[in-house]
Amino acid sequence: MNERLFMITDKPVSIEDVVKKVMRPEAGAVTTFAGTVREWTNGKRTLFLQYEAYVSMAEKMLEQIGAEIREKWPETKVAITHRIGKLDIGDIAVVIAVSSPHRNDAYEANRYAIERIKQIVPIWKKEHWEDGTEWVGNQLGTKAYPTGKPEGEDLP
Amino acid sequence: MITLLFFAHLQEAVGEGRIVLSNVPETVKELKQEVENRYHIDLKQVMVAVNEEYARDDQTLQPGDIVAFIPPVSGG
Repeated sequence: MNERLFMITDKPVSIEDVVKKVMRPEAGAVTTFAGTVREWTNGKRTLFLQYEAYVSMAEKMLEQIGAEIREKWPETKVAITHRIGKLDIGDIAVVIAVSSPHRNDAYEANRYAIERIKQIVPIWKKEHWEDGTEWVGNQLGTKAYPTGKPEGEDLP
Repeated sequence: MITLLFFAHLQEAVGEGRIVLSNVPETVKELKQEVENRYHIDLKQVMVAVNEEYARDDQTLQPGDIVAFIPPVSGG
């Protein structure tokens, strides 16, 4: 098992392995978040996803999120693993584990981590639908740019 | 020279993930304009990272810099 707290991998991610990295005697709570590949989005069927990352910078940004969390919730310990490459329906794309003495910090810090990942970590996903492909576009991961670039309402 | 990195749809539009530029534009803003003109791509919503740190348009560039063009991210 890789001991690095913040990592990008092209191998399947084990929730158990990420949780083990944050277990410690001081912890009375561990929260885990698993982001998985969804088959149906607004009635449209996904066949599989392709994730790509600027790996070296993505790992630095995950570490930065860890530093932000240590500042906001000093008693927590965080580990994040994000997978890249081809992922099938139901596969785990990201696991975030946070341990803390009490549950509230563990929940809040975990939520903070996934929101920050969607803002600053250079990872992109390409949807492979039954009838084509699309790079998913905005920072909330909910909008696709069919022409490969933002248009209309998305422009500043 | 500086090295340019392209990801996701930008990589497909440019046709390369990595390009070495022999000249060094003075700022990030000038580089963006040059890249937009050369490859006919729109970088309005694209963030730039210089040596793996997010950079503003007025940041100056140095020979040897690695400049990454980062479309809106969609991890998670």
